[in-house]
Amino acid sequence: MSLKHAACIVGAFEHPTRKAEHQSVAQLHAEVAWGALQDAGLTKDDIDGYFCAGDAPGMGPVNIVDYLGLDRLRHADSTDFGGSSYLAHVAHAAAAIAAGRCNIALITLAGRPRAEAMATGTTPRSWGANVPDDPFEIPMGRTVAAAYGMVAMRHMYEYGTTSEQLAWIKVAASHHAQHNPHAMLKKVVTVEEVVASPLVADPLHRLDCCVISDGGGALIVTRPEIARSLKRPVVSVRGTGEALKHQAGGTIDLTYSAGRKSGAAAFTEAGVTPADIRYASIYDSFTITVLVQLEDLGFCAKGQGGAFVADGNLISGVGRLAFNTDGGGLCNNHPANRGGMTKIIEAVRQLRGEAHPAVQVPDLALALAHGTGGLLGTRHASATLVLERLA
Amino acid sequence: MTPAANRAIPAPVIDPTSRPFWEAAREGRLLIGLCGDTGRHFFYPRGCSPFTLSPNVTLVESKGMGVIYSFSVMRVAEPYAIAYVELDEGPRILTNIVDCDLDGVRIGQRVRLVWKQTTGEGAPVAMFAPA
Repeated sequence: MSLKHAACIVGAFEHPTRKAEHQSVAQLHAEVAWGALQDAGLTKDDIDGYFCAGDAPGMGPVNIVDYLGLDRLRHADSTDFGGSSYLAHVAHAAAAIAAGRCNIALITLAGRPRAEAMATGTTPRSWGANVPDDPFEIPMGRTVAAAYGMVAMRHMYEYGTTSEQLAWIKVAASHHAQHNPHAMLKKVVTVEEVVASPLVADPLHRLDCCVISDGGGALIVTRPEIARSLKRPVVSVRGTGEALKHQAGGTIDLTYSAGRKSGAAAFTEAGVTPADIRYASIYDSFTITVLVQLEDLGFCAKGQGGAFVADGNLISGVGRLAFNTDGGGLCNNHPANRGGMTKIIEAVRQLRGEAHPAVQVPDLALALAHGTGGLLGTRHASATLVLERLA
Repeated sequence: MTPAANRAIPAPVIDPTSRPFWEAAREGRLLIGLCGDTGRHFFYPRGCSPFTLSPNVTLVESKGMGVIYSFSVMRVAEPYAIAYVELDEGPRILTNIVDCDLDGVRIGQRVRLVWKQTTGEGAPVAMFAPA
């Protein structure tokens, strides 16, 4: 069953906080849910479907549904693809809506790793008890930064990609972030400043890494006929894809991500190609994350990502492809260490024509949002959305 | 020059399925999985084949030689080099490169197995040093 135009995003809200010292994680979920409902012009009682991931405290959706007081749910889903969960949730919500399982779905994300002083990327993390790979990898110091560092190192070895090319991704993000009053890093940086920043995990420098922030975001997804009855512009889900990639018994190839499959699925369902896309939200946990995913999505050939991102090609109004015009995870925020939600929200802003005027892509009808959750260097899930503004 | 630090390596948490792997580690033997259906080696070892899901798997000893497929040096207070080493038997295993200048580590470098002790009474873990 194709999900093409099966559902629309009618509400989107990004929490303005970057350090939540006075709110619990559950309260942040409530505040983003409220914001998305206000944006859509709907109320709590309209919600009959709910989607969340591992950032929601408690057992799947159960405890947070209680906190939010959602009592008309007919459908819930707590698929956890790490940071890319929310992109998959939009697709899952579209499927549920198409199957008649719900009409108006709420998706929330929130967290406060910054207030909790979490060493997100530089200490080994486990995703729970009984994880089968942990005994083999935690003793090795499997940090997030090192896992992406290995990806970058191999990419440089195979394709000659340089630190300066990776730095251009941060430079582009910073050009966008200067216009975002909420962004954590608003200062425009140069290639030289990025490569001169201290190494964190070779070959990645401090400025190749995303920020650690609190906050969150929420979306309202509904069927097209309801979307048209609401006051907001109709942003339709035109293509969806998801895929997983792992070590495959020790045959892992670090040069590509699951985005190769999720992107192809989304483009096929949408009936468009990368050449049709002028704005893309691309998950940016690190600069290398963006580069690998741009190749895998087909914006350039494998190995050509370095040349593609150089010289401002990702800067809105300057380059071929405007990316992450809110500043992205590299400069704006990375709430709960999960960047997929804000990727969708900025794509929705662009399609509504509500991005900052300095970074708004004119006359935009199509946008792509893509994320990777987990570790590119070990195992991860990718999800891709092609979104379209309908007249 | 960044000498490899003798960092405190957390002990692996041992589960029932992987226990034979860790018992062999205490004897200085690196075991890898062998899929009886395909004849292919795999890592990390487990009770099923990652190629077919079949339970037709055994543990066999690796010669402990390989080349560095990729690596990254974590620039923390006690720096260390995390790496995938491609064993001569085939599998790429997540490990550390030790007993060397971390600034000299290179992809393609030939390496050999070195056992490193973990905290407490933990089983040792398989790491690699330049051959």
